Amino acid sequence: MSFIENFVPFSIIICLGGGIISSALKGKTARVFTVWLLLAVSIMNACVLGYTVSIGHEFVYVMGRFPAPWGNELRAGCLEGLIGTFFSVVMFLSVVGGIRGQNDDIPVDKMNLYFIMINLMMSSLLALVYTNDLFTAYVFVEINTMAACALIMIRNNGHTLVAATKYMIMSLLGSGLLLIGISMLYTITGQLLMPDIKNAVEELARTGEYAIPLTAVIGLISVALAIKSALYPFHSWLPEAYGYATASSSAILSSLVSKGYIFLLIKIFYRVIGMHVMVGHKITNILFVFGIIGMIMGSVTAIRQNDIRHLIAYSSIAQIGYIYMGIGLGSTAGMVAAIFHIMSHGATKSMLFIAQRALVEVSRGSKNFSDLKGSGFRHKLAGIAFTVGAFSMVGIPLLAGFTSKVYFAEASVTAVHSKMWIAMITLAISTILNAVYFIRATISIYTPRNMNYLLPGYRPSRNTAVALVCFIALNFFLGILSYPIAYTIQTGLTVFG
Amino acid sequence: MKKRSDYRSTFYSRIENFVNGREEFLLYKPKGDLEAKQLESLEAELTEAADLLEKREARQRLQDMTEPLDFLKKFHRHYGKIAAIICVMLLILLLVAVSWLPPFGHPDNPAENEVIKRYIEKGEEETGAVNIVTGLILNYRGFDTMGETHVLFIAASCVMILLLIAEGEEKKSSYAFDRYLEPKNDIIVQKVANFLVPVVFVFGIYVILNGHLSPGGGFSGGAIIGAGLILYVSAFGFKKTGRFFNEHVYKVAKVSALCFYVSCLSYYFYMGAHGLDNHIPLGTPGNIISSGLILFINIFVGTEVACTMYAFYALFRKGGL
Repeated sequence: MSFIENFVPFSIIICLGGGIISSALKGKTARVFTVWLLLAVSIMNACVLGYTVSIGHEFVYVMGRFPAPWGNELRAGCLEGLIGTFFSVVMFLSVVGGIRGQNDDIPVDKMNLYFIMINLMMSSLLALVYTNDLFTAYVFVEINTMAACALIMIRNNGHTLVAATKYMIMSLLGSGLLLIGISMLYTITGQLLMPDIKNAVEELARTGEYAIPLTAVIGLISVALAIKSALYPFHSWLPEAYGYATASSSAILSSLVSKGYIFLLIKIFYRVIGMHVMVGHKITNILFVFGIIGMIMGSVTAIRQNDIRHLIAYSSIAQIGYIYMGIGLGSTAGMVAAIFHIMSHGATKSMLFIAQRALVEVSRGSKNFSDLKGSGFRHKLAGIAFTVGAFSMVGIPLLAGFTSKVYFAEASVTAVHSKMWIAMITLAISTILNAVYFIRATISIYTPRNMNYLLPGYRPSRNTAVALVCFIALNFFLGILSYPIAYTIQTGLTVFG
Repeated sequence: MKKRSDYRSTFYSRIENFVNGREEFLLYKPKGDLEAKQLESLEAELTEAADLLEKREARQRLQDMTEPLDFLKKFHRHYGKIAAIICVMLLILLLVAVSWLPPFGHPDNPAENEVIKRYIEKGEEETGAVNIVTGLILNYRGFDTMGETHVLFIAASCVMILLLIAEGEEKKSSYAFDRYLEPKNDIIVQKVANFLVPVVFVFGIYVILNGHLSPGGGFSGGAIIGAGLILYVSAFGFKKTGRFFNEHVYKVAKVSALCFYVSCLSYYFYMGAHGLDNHIPLGTPGNIISSGLILFINIFVGTEVACTMYAFYALFRKGGL
């Protein structure tokens, strides 16, 4: 057993421990501690990724003396390694990039509480990625939900309290449905370990026993995770939550929290219920339809926003629609595209939120486009980062968003005819709609305006600059060197079974 | 792009606002001679309100200047009924699904399999705990329970974010007005607490220490001790409680309990995963000092739960510990 295998549980546990220690530290110290911890976790996950790619198969880490199904276990293949690495890197960059925002938005004496939440959020995300047990997943979904609520309401004004309440109600509805689904699944299969459930479900699907509860389970779990990741008709909590929280929180919520749930859903598709049972129950068609509606409606609403953060928030709804459209195609190619889009959207959206914060800073704190005019000249790097992010979301070649759109198009060509036409046409329409609002946003930040918007003595934050440069690099990396990543995803899905 | 001036009052806009969760915009038409433009400025005011109070005032102004649409009146009249019908439908669906589940407790159920069998037959021998449930949650599935304990920790931290009052004037006043409307130093409560609190503490400690022998354990015992602390504080106030349980003690107890808990389990996971002997003697099942780590984990969990219970009470009562 290689020593690197220990990094999987170790990265989860040091994040839990980091949360505990942060609660005893003073605010600024807690932040320094958390940032180094996140860096360490990123490196550990990168090692896991390298190791899993090099051995070419999955490995199982038994948590304790007793092997699963009696005890708990974690499992890591190259897909989990990739997503784990990606989540920890984006978390690290989002925290570093938003440091000035945190100083402005969070009361000094509650700063350490914020970093408790960051640590526990990271730990729960990693646990969702690596777990091989459905009940462990549920436990960490709980932690994730509470941490996300706290990330929204730490900036204590009216909007965030309303947003956190909305988020809590919707998210708890999702958790409740998920719990009912898991309990029913346990009752009909008698297992909680993912591969064991899959065997039992295959047996049930073959014999036709418990057909009605199985359908109910599939519906409940899919709807629960769709609510939690803000698929179109369940998105009403999202604009306020992303629009008013502090910049780091918005970046984390949009690029990691909802993506963690989608990854869990994909895992359930492949490793718990089995892809062909899911497709057989037509749940993919339903997700496909809602994904398509989300792609259009999110963009249409985004066009009419005058507030830059609401624009980015509504664009997230459209991008979540893309991911569900990919899942709904019901093929491996569609799934590869969806997972690639999880990454490219995560890398881009967090960059847009961090860049947006820097642009707002040089526009007297106003988020309206009329005040943001010329901010691209006042904060050059943020302007460039925003432009890169906007182009990536629209789908300009060399950038991450373009590559994922190509994968979506390729996947839809191989799908059944009706889905192919709908997906292709919607992709085209949605791209144009994306262009309408993102190009408009880019033009307005580059419309010259005098410099007197700049506060005297303003100095751009160095942390934000570092984070933005890394984000830009990540975007080009995902856009240009997409083949090895797509190949890793493909292999990972094959290993999933 | 040019906006239609009456866009707000179109049907599509209302539906859209409803779907996007911005209920305050959809549903009103201007009263009397109010122009659509003025209505829009009122709405903008509502959107840009900085805090809850301002928002409430803006909403009030908007409501004063407008009247609900006819279809909205109908909607509100039927809203409850429609919601009830949808809930009942969901209920029926779930009940139908549940009625197809295997009967509860039947020996042929899928859940009665080799997993349960090992817990029941070998649980005592393998974990050293007579109470199978404790052995199951703290040893076999220790990782889940660690997550569950952190749920309590994060819940207490979330309440702190909402309710903790920082240093300063507000803190002083909140301390002065603690129990503004309640009787202070009520003699009946104090006499009863004098008698009950030690008993409750001893009982809680008993439940924690016997977690591996009898029903109970860290979660229930910690809740009992927390209830004892709450009783003490309601009888004697924060000043007296502060002598033995204040913010400092709370922090030290909570952080050290959780840290020990996490490090114990990490050691256990590491040794278990590598197939090494963890050198933790299981003792004779039934003795008070037995079952290896479970006893200590129960103590740590109990400390954390007691702290969390007390913290909830204190935070909701005066915004600090």
